Amino acid sequence: MSNVRPRIRLPRSARAGDVVQVRTLISHPMETGNRRDPDGNAIPRHIINRFTCEYDGKLVLDVDMGISVAANPYMEFDVKVDESAEFVFTWYDDDGSIYTETEHLELS
Amino acid sequence: MLTRRSTMALGLGAAAVTIVPLKASASAVDEAVAEFTGGAAISDGGVTIIAPEIAENGENVPVEVDAPGATEIMILATGNPTPAVARVRFGEAAGAPRLATRLRLGETQEVVALAKLADGSVIRGGTEVRVTIGGCGG
Repeated sequence: MSNVRPRIRLPRSARAGDVVQVRTLISHPMETGNRRDPDGNAIPRHIINRFTCEYDGKLVLDVDMGISVAANPYMEFDVKVDESAEFVFTWYDDDGSIYTETEHLELS
Repeated sequence: MLTRRSTMALGLGAAAVTIVPLKASASAVDEAVAEFTGGAAISDGGVTIIAPEIAENGENVPVEVDAPGATEIMILATGNPTPAVARVRFGEAAGAPRLATRLRLGETQEVVALAKLADGSVIRGGTEVRVTIGGCGG
């Protein structure tokens, strides 16, 4: 899908050893496959089925998602940050698309 | 030949086909639970779920699960047609086994979270959410 936009919120500052809160949201309809269009035709399932986050090359979390995750999937979670490093966020779409964002966190 | 009675039966059958898949059967929940636990016994407690008591809009219900000591959690919307909402595996950079997300809830139901601890045992928490307008409709 082309009109998918990930958004990421990191803390403004953090120190080594902190646990920081990360919030992500990606615009996506998360079509369940249970709905019908006005003509009565089934609308096929089309969701983001997986989300992963890594920090400094290490896994933070790996989420398998089903159709009961609300549209524009929101994920908020905690990350232990020991050194300044890159976050890599990846979303996997049913249509085969993969959306990746990277963000650098500089520790003070 | 289509008599009035058979036509009605057809209508009822069609209605049943339409309605049945929109509600989780107990077995769909059991299957999702069994897949997660791998047969391990489940004990209550140790999992905190924060969700509204009343959700006016079932399309978007904030739910937060916190399970200290867990390596993996699973969130189940027990009243939805597909109860397994999300399964989360925490890695070494996770700061806590916690996830806040937003769910679709089709109707009033119990939201359940299972958590797998490092020793393979499974703990459970649940909370009832009353849904004013369902979130699975067309």
